[in-house]
Amino acid sequence: MMSIDCPFCGPRDEHEFKCGMQSHIQRPALSATDEAWATYLHMRDNPKGWHFERWVHAGGCRQWFNLARHTVSHDIATVYAMTDPRPELEGGMA
Amino acid sequence: MSQPFRVAGTGRVDRDRPLRFRFDGVQYTGLQGDTLASALLANGVRVTGRSFKYHRARGLFGAGCEEPNTLVQLESGDRTEPNLKATQVALYDGLVARSVNTWPSARFDLLSVLRHFKALMPSGFYYKTFIAPNWHWYEWLIRASAGLGKSPREADPDRYDKRFEAVDVLVVGAGPAGIRAALAHAGSGREVLIVDDQPAAGGSLLYDDTLIDGATPERWLAAQLARLATMDNVRLLLRCTAFGYYDHNEIQAVQFEPGVVRQRLLHIRAHEVILATGALERPLVFPNNDRPGILLAHAALKYLRQYGVSPGRRVVLATNNDSAYRVARALRAAGIDVVAILDLRNTSAAQDAAARDGFTVHAGAAPTDTRGAPALSRVRWHRVNAAGQAQVGQDGDITCDALLVSGGWNPTAHLMSQSGGSLRFDDALQAFVPHRAVQQQRSVGAANGEFEGSLDVARLQAVDVSPLGQTAAYSWVDLASDVTEGDLRLAVQENFSAVEHLKRYTTTGMMTDQGKTSNVNAIGVLGSLAGKAPGDVGTTKFRPPFNPVTFGAVAGRHVGPFYHPLRQLPTDHLQHLADAVMEDYGGWSRAAYFRRPGESEAESVAREVNAVRHGVGMLDYSPLGKIMVHGPDAGEFLNRIYVNNLKTLKTGKCRYGLMLNEHGIVIDDGIVTRWDDSTYQVGTTSGQAQPVVDMLEEWLQCEWVDLDVVVEPVGTQWSTLMVAGPKSRQVMARLGLDIDLSAEAFAHMDARQGWLGDVPVRLARVSFTGELGFEISVPWSFAASLWQRLIELGEPDGLVPFGIESLMVMRIEKGFLHVGSDTDGTTMPQDVGFGGVIANKRADFVGRRSTMTPEGLRGDRKHLVGLQAVDPRSRIAVGAHVIDASTKAAARSQGWVTSAATSPTLGRSVALALIENGAERIGEIIQLFDDGRRMPARICNPSQFDPAGDRFHVH
Repeated sequence: MMSIDCPFCGPRDEHEFKCGMQSHIQRPALSATDEAWATYLHMRDNPKGWHFERWVHAGGCRQWFNLARHTVSHDIATVYAMTDPRPELEGGMA
Repeated sequence: MSQPFRVAGTGRVDRDRPLRFRFDGVQYTGLQGDTLASALLANGVRVTGRSFKYHRARGLFGAGCEEPNTLVQLESGDRTEPNLKATQVALYDGLVARSVNTWPSARFDLLSVLRHFKALMPSGFYYKTFIAPNWHWYEWLIRASAGLGKSPREADPDRYDKRFEAVDVLVVGAGPAGIRAALAHAGSGREVLIVDDQPAAGGSLLYDDTLIDGATPERWLAAQLARLATMDNVRLLLRCTAFGYYDHNEIQAVQFEPGVVRQRLLHIRAHEVILATGALERPLVFPNNDRPGILLAHAALKYLRQYGVSPGRRVVLATNNDSAYRVARALRAAGIDVVAILDLRNTSAAQDAAARDGFTVHAGAAPTDTRGAPALSRVRWHRVNAAGQAQVGQDGDITCDALLVSGGWNPTAHLMSQSGGSLRFDDALQAFVPHRAVQQQRSVGAANGEFEGSLDVARLQAVDVSPLGQTAAYSWVDLASDVTEGDLRLAVQENFSAVEHLKRYTTTGMMTDQGKTSNVNAIGVLGSLAGKAPGDVGTTKFRPPFNPVTFGAVAGRHVGPFYHPLRQLPTDHLQHLADAVMEDYGGWSRAAYFRRPGESEAESVAREVNAVRHGVGMLDYSPLGKIMVHGPDAGEFLNRIYVNNLKTLKTGKCRYGLMLNEHGIVIDDGIVTRWDDSTYQVGTTSGQAQPVVDMLEEWLQCEWVDLDVVVEPVGTQWSTLMVAGPKSRQVMARLGLDIDLSAEAFAHMDARQGWLGDVPVRLARVSFTGELGFEISVPWSFAASLWQRLIELGEPDGLVPFGIESLMVMRIEKGFLHVGSDTDGTTMPQDVGFGGVIANKRADFVGRRSTMTPEGLRGDRKHLVGLQAVDPRSRIAVGAHVIDASTKAAARSQGWVTSAATSPTLGRSVALALIENGAERIGEIIQLFDDGRRMPARICNPSQFDPAGDRFHVH
């Protein structure tokens, strides 16, 4: 089980959190094409490396935040605010 | 003497405290401080189990977690525990144990006839033999004969618990390396937790008498433990087995605390983990190396020093390294006859020293066969060359009753490997040692391959008896799962050359000991056969648990009523007093209906429905979700959430609305109330109360961060009672609220805040029954007294409490949607009559774009409609499929019945169904197909009772 460093509460066990999956996805306007809307709904990255995802401290402060997790080692490189841009990290996005 | 193998002058057992116990039905006596294993050995019980597949007689082989042979079923009835290693069971007075996989006992096992069929059961025997017609034809017989202990049949009466720990440093193992590491870290003031699976700290110091820092082990241990005891930042947990190493330095351990809870599961998060888990001795592989009386050399040392028990009276040692010589000296010091030492190596310093001290040492020699039934009586040996091949003509025979073997040492690297770390093969040690750590973790002492002095280990290989004309068919590699060198050879011949394949095909290392004594020897055999170095063969993946863990420890307190705890209504006790039949509705214990003497369920429901339709009824509606939405942008926010246009909702008004997910699917419905310009209340179904809160917070925090809105769930702050029926207003009027309840002042879908004395009240005129209705909310703690008061005030009008089943009948009569029953994961708002609402709304809302996709615009979407049976006596069943009216043959389903009830009001069956293009087919006759029966039915408006809604507006 991972330990996640909640920006508001500090490190807590993973079971207090819920994963909201990939972050930094732009919601299209109502006028979007069917293809753009389908991409928004369904198409997700599946990297071997750093993955940028959003989590909520559901069993704590109930705040959402972003983090970068390595899909092989489960290392968490950084935890950052929902409004922050995606950080640049070494170690591969592909 | 009752314990013929008990040795005087050695051991940590209490000779003044005898303990009586039974094993396989025979009464024995042991001592306080014994394990079941040491007590059996003291009593001369040689045969302690039967092997897994062939039912060969087996005896004690190890002295700890590595024991492969002696698995017992401890106790009986509700406290029975299967497959415990006798070496890990602390003896207590009155203990009762049986060997597993034997009948009637280990000594006289009738299934031992199977041992004669060994040659017929090679690797992959089951895969190859039980193919036709089907494995399941044979499974029961095989499971009965090749098996382990029996699971308990009764509920476990003991308590189990869990605890979460966070420490700076976790030290696993309280042997000399662990104690040193703990002292080093504790000195810097860090919080240190030490866990050890034994009842006493010390590890090898408890049986090895080698001087440490110039002191005897006893003195050294006592001094260090005294130092640790003075440190406030150090804790030592004994009888606590670390069994798993997970992400982010989480170690799980199970702690035995007899008398408090039976077992406690610890989740330990540590900044740094020190693995001081020691090493496990390896056996030697030679023919008939599984006979009772053959033990690991250091297991024998432990039995002697820790428990004062000798493994035999005439002992032979067989070794490929120097460590066994200290066992020989200890046995001699205790007065036990060490007949000979067989050493696979031609020379070594320890050999020479032993020879000088008068031991009979056969250098360059190995055991090549054993005799004795059921237990060992003779060892045959041959000289071997450097390749491990036995040499014809250079042999001997020794009469003995114990053979102690040492084939080198494997660092206990299980946790290290579980953590993701890699191992490398160390040539000097002929073993796998920790290589690269990937977590904050370090192995120390024997666990890191560091031993006192050199072990001078000979090459890892089986004793090759082919020059003698013998086969490897009885050279056991894995005693626990009955795998021989011959089995491994066959598997390699059949091209199972990858170690992970070999393991699964032969089952090597797959028993409850997870190959603690067998895995590395198997790798050695595989390497020899494939001409590869063991390091190139590699190891199989180590997986948790290191030692078996009971389900009780994993479940902890989540058993019985705490497995799925039900939430209770604020009026729970009053529901019971009113003879409610309580059921689980989405995690809430709620009244299904109220039973009066002599009534069937259907009669109770009909009585309650009639009472509401003609008089007045009351229901505790508190599980309904209630979410306050505050802030200047609250209206804008909710307009983006709901399908409905909420811009037109006025203060003091309610509106029924639908919520979708982003895929356009209906996920919840309920009443929205506007209390003032910037305060709304969202009502949800009881099952969705929490998910809707989660969804609102996610949209606010992740997408619309610019909106000034706060979401506040108040579902269990406010309790709600539903009072419904044409007489509901006159009952409510008697309460004395400061709210004008007249039809003119308080219309359908109005909401007011007011007071009942000094209790705040929220009142809404809404209806899920189709009748005039009120939902009155008060703080949770006032609900029970309000319920009692309404029962009293309603008595003149015949007010009855009613349950969820009656409510469901009424909402089906009315055609009111029940999300999750009348909708599924494909239902969009246009399917349930909300097409017009969407058309009249301009703004975007969650899921709107998905309703406009080709899927959302299909002409054959299933619409929610009503159904009535053509024959009014027929009953419509939920789940019945809709097929073409004319067909007599099998036909394509056009939809199905989602809700159905027998309507007491209409005197016939009423139903709702999702039917392709149903809204355009009102009046059409279709067929319902249910479990082979067919029934004609007519598609109708969903609302079959009072479709115009006149009854909402009773004056």
